[in-house]
Amino acid sequence: MPAADGSAEEFRRRGHAVVVGASLAGLRAAETLREEGFAGTLTMIGDEPHEPYDRPPLSKQVLLGRTGAGDTLLPRRRALEARWLLGTAATGLDLAGRRVRLAGGEEVRYDRLLIATGTRARPWIKETEATLDGVLTLRTAGEAARLARRLDARPRRVLVIGAGFTGSEIASACRERGIDVTVAERGPAPLVGALGGVVGAVAAELHRAHGVDLRCGITVTALEGDQAGRLRCAHLSDGTVLEADVAVVALGAVRNTEWLAGSGLAAGPRGIACDAGCRAFDVHGIVTDDVFVAGDVARSPHPLFGYQFLSLEHWGNAVAQAEVAAHNMVSPGPERRPHLWLPAFWSAQFGVNIKSVGVPPMGRELAVVQGSLTERRFAAVYGHQGRVIAAVTFDHGRWLPFYGRLIESAAPFPPDFAQVDRAPGGPRPIPAEFPDPALPTHGPTVTLSGYAPSERRVTFVPARV
Amino acid sequence: MTSATLLRRITDYAARADPYPLYAELRRTPVARQEDGVYAVSTYWEIAGLLHDPRLSSDPRNRVPTAGEEDILEEEQGLPPSFLRLDPPEHDRLRRLATRPFGPPDSLRRVSDMRGDLARMVSGLIDGLRDREQADIVEDFAYPFPVMVICNLLGVPHEDEGRFHVWAEAIVAGLDPGEEGEGPAERLRAAQRARMELGRYLAGLIEDRRRAPGGDMLSALAAGHGDRERMSPLELVVTAVLLLIAGHETTVNLITNGMLTLLRHPDALRRLREEPGLAVPLVEELLRYEPPVQLLPQRTALADIDVGGVTIPRGAPVWLVLASGNRDPRRFPDPDRFDPGRTGNEHLGFGGGIHYCFGAPLARLEAQVALTELARRLVEPRLVEDPPPYRRNPVLRGPRHLPVAFDGCVP
Repeated sequence: MPAADGSAEEFRRRGHAVVVGASLAGLRAAETLREEGFAGTLTMIGDEPHEPYDRPPLSKQVLLGRTGAGDTLLPRRRALEARWLLGTAATGLDLAGRRVRLAGGEEVRYDRLLIATGTRARPWIKETEATLDGVLTLRTAGEAARLARRLDARPRRVLVIGAGFTGSEIASACRERGIDVTVAERGPAPLVGALGGVVGAVAAELHRAHGVDLRCGITVTALEGDQAGRLRCAHLSDGTVLEADVAVVALGAVRNTEWLAGSGLAAGPRGIACDAGCRAFDVHGIVTDDVFVAGDVARSPHPLFGYQFLSLEHWGNAVAQAEVAAHNMVSPGPERRPHLWLPAFWSAQFGVNIKSVGVPPMGRELAVVQGSLTERRFAAVYGHQGRVIAAVTFDHGRWLPFYGRLIESAAPFPPDFAQVDRAPGGPRPIPAEFPDPALPTHGPTVTLSGYAPSERRVTFVPARV
Repeated sequence: MTSATLLRRITDYAARADPYPLYAELRRTPVARQEDGVYAVSTYWEIAGLLHDPRLSSDPRNRVPTAGEEDILEEEQGLPPSFLRLDPPEHDRLRRLATRPFGPPDSLRRVSDMRGDLARMVSGLIDGLRDREQADIVEDFAYPFPVMVICNLLGVPHEDEGRFHVWAEAIVAGLDPGEEGEGPAERLRAAQRARMELGRYLAGLIEDRRRAPGGDMLSALAAGHGDRERMSPLELVVTAVLLLIAGHETTVNLITNGMLTLLRHPDALRRLREEPGLAVPLVEELLRYEPPVQLLPQRTALADIDVGGVTIPRGAPVWLVLASGNRDPRRFPDPDRFDPGRTGNEHLGFGGGIHYCFGAPLARLEAQVALTELARRLVEPRLVEDPPPYRRNPVLRGPRHLPVAFDGCVP
C-alpha cells in the first residue's frame, strides 16, 4: 500500500481514490481525475445496480414512451480503469482510519474520498399508505420504469402530490398522453418555492390550459387502498375524496447522508457542508483535506450570494462541482480552484422551456424585462438589495447568458436600459411572492460541550425524520 | 496603422484568401471604433456576450444611417425584412412558425430523415466525376448539392435553378459592405430588386402549394398549423426568400472550405477516410477554423454598452467578427491549428443567441456526408491552385472555384 503522505503528487501517481455515488457527479469526477493524470487505483461505489445514467429524461421522454428507462446511460468522456462496486451501498465512514464500510461488511481504504451520494425521492409520510400498489415516487431509473408502465396501462386518473418541477413534468407527460391528472399542491401555485408566486401563477395557467385538474392550497391527508392493497382514492384537506389509480409522490428529495451519521463529518438532512474547494467540513466546522463532496448532496458557500451555503439539485452544478472537486483532489494547494458556478437549471413542461440562473428565492422583487407574462413567453429578473440576483425565462432561454452576467457583475435592479422586446415604459418591479421561509425544516442541531478550550467540541445531532 | 484602415483592409479583396493575420491584428483592440463610427468586436468572449445581449438590435430600422446610406434606407420599399433582420417579438413569432415544419418539437426528425436522400445526391454527383482527372469542387459538387437539398426541402423545382441563381447572387452581393470608392448603394438597390423578383417567383410557388400541397416546407408553411398563429402571405414570401438564399449560399462555402482545408491537411484527410465518425468533430472544427459566415455586420446598439473596456454608444453600428473570435487564443488553445479532433469546441461559426443559424442541423449533416464521401471516393486528390480564386464577398467568404486533380474515383 503506497504511503499517503498528503502530497498531491504522490497521490496522483499511486494513491487510492474512492468515489461513493455512481451517478452524474461521481462519473464526471472520476473522469476528471483520470483526465488530470491520476494514475492510482480508482473505486466507484454505487447503491444502484446500473451504470451511471442521466436523470432529466426520466420525467420527460421516458414517461412519454419515447425512450426506455434503461436507455439513458450517460455518455462516457473517456475510459476509467476503475473497480466498479455497483448495487453496493456504502454504510459507514471511518474518517480516522480512512475507510468506507460497505453493506456486505467489506471495507474499502482510501487516500482521498469523494462523496457524491446525491438524493432520493422523499417518500410518502405514512409508511403503510406508501406501500399501496399504485403509490410511486420518481427519482431512479427503476422508479421511472414503474411509473411508465403504469401510464402505459391507461390509468383512469393520476394524482400528483406536489407541483414542483418533477411533479409538474409528470403532470405534463400525463396530459400529453391524454391521461387525466390531478395535481395537489400545498402552496398557492406550482413552482412557487423555486420561482415565486408571480411566475407560479403563470405555471398554474399552463397546467390548466393543458387540462390539468390543479388544486392549490390543498394537501393530501390520506391515501386509501382497497382490500387487495391497491390504491383506490385520496382524501384531500378540503374534505374531497378523489378516485385515482396512481399517485405519484413528488415532494422533493431527501439527501443521502444517513450512512455518514456518527462519522464526524458535517453531514445531515441538508447535505454535507464543504468549502468552495469542495472539501468536506467535519462537525467542528474544520475543513478536511482528504474528503471531498460534489453534486446534490453538497452544500457549499457561494461568494456571489453572501457566502451562503447553497444546496443545488441542478444537473449543471453536479458536473461543474465534480470537475472542481476532482481537480482539487489531485492538485497541491496553490493550484486548487473554487467552485464558483452560477446556479442554473431548466425544465420542459407543457411545451414550454423554463430556464433559470442565479438564486430566485433570494429575490424579494421581480421585473419582467422581455416578453410578457400573459403570453407565457418572457424573461424576468429577481432583485435583492438593489441588485440582480436571478433570472427566469419561459421560452426565452437564449437570452439567459446575458442575465447571468448581470448577476455576476452585481448589476442594479431593476435594469434600466433600452433593449429589444422591452415592455412599454420599461420593467416595473413587483413583489416576487415567495412563500414565508419559516416553513417546516429538516435542519440538524449542533450542540457545544466541554469547558476548557481543549475540550470544547461541537456535537452533531441528526434531525429526527 | 490605424484601426480604421484595418477593417477596410479586411474587407478589401486582397485579404480574401487569408484574412486571419488581419484578424489577429484586430484582436489587439477587442472592441475597436472605426473612423466611420462602426465598432468592430473581434474577441471570443466579447462577441459571445453581445450575441446574447438584448441591447443589441438586428433590425436595420434602428440604425442611424452613416453618410451616403440615408437615401438607400429611405428608398427601401421592397419586401419587409425577414426574421434574420428583426428583433423580438416579431422575430420570435416568425422563427417559431418557420421551425414548425423543420425542427423540434413539431418536426423532430425532419433533418435526420434526410440523411438517405443526402447520401444519394452526394453519390450521384461524385459518380459524375468518375471519368475525369480534374474537377471544380464548387461547380461540380459544393454548389449543386446544397441547391438540390434546399429545393427538395422547400419544394422549389430544381429546373428553376438558373432563374433563382441570378437573384441569389445579387442578394448576397448586397451583404457585401464594399470597398472604398465603390458603389455599395448600387449593389444594395440591385439586391432589393432581386429580392422582389425572387419573392414574386416564390409567391407563385406558394400559391401552387396552397392548392396542391406536397410534403415540402412551403406546403406546410402555406397550410399553417391548425388554427394556431400563422404567417401572413407576405411574411411567408419573405421567409421563403430567406430560407432559399441562406439554405444554399452558406453551405456551398462550408463544403468548399472543408475540402480546401482537408487538402491542405493530408493527415486529417487520411484520418477522415479511415474513421468516418471523425466527420462530426471535423465539421465543428471547420466551422471554427474557416467559417462560411465571417462576420455579422448588421447589429445596432440600442443603449450604451460597456464591453471590453469600451463604451459602444447608443445607435452605433456593431460588427461581430465571428471568424476572428474563432481564432482567439484566450478561448481556443493553439487557435491557428486545424485540429479535427478538437474538444470543447463551442465555436461561433453558426453565430449565437436568438439568431443562431436556423439551418445549422441541416448544414452540419450536409457537410458531414459530403466531406466523408469526397474523402473516401476521390483517389489522391490534390489542389491545382493554392490559394484558389475567391469570391468577392468578405461576409459570406469562400472560393469561387476549387480546381482539384485526382486519379479517379472508387465506387
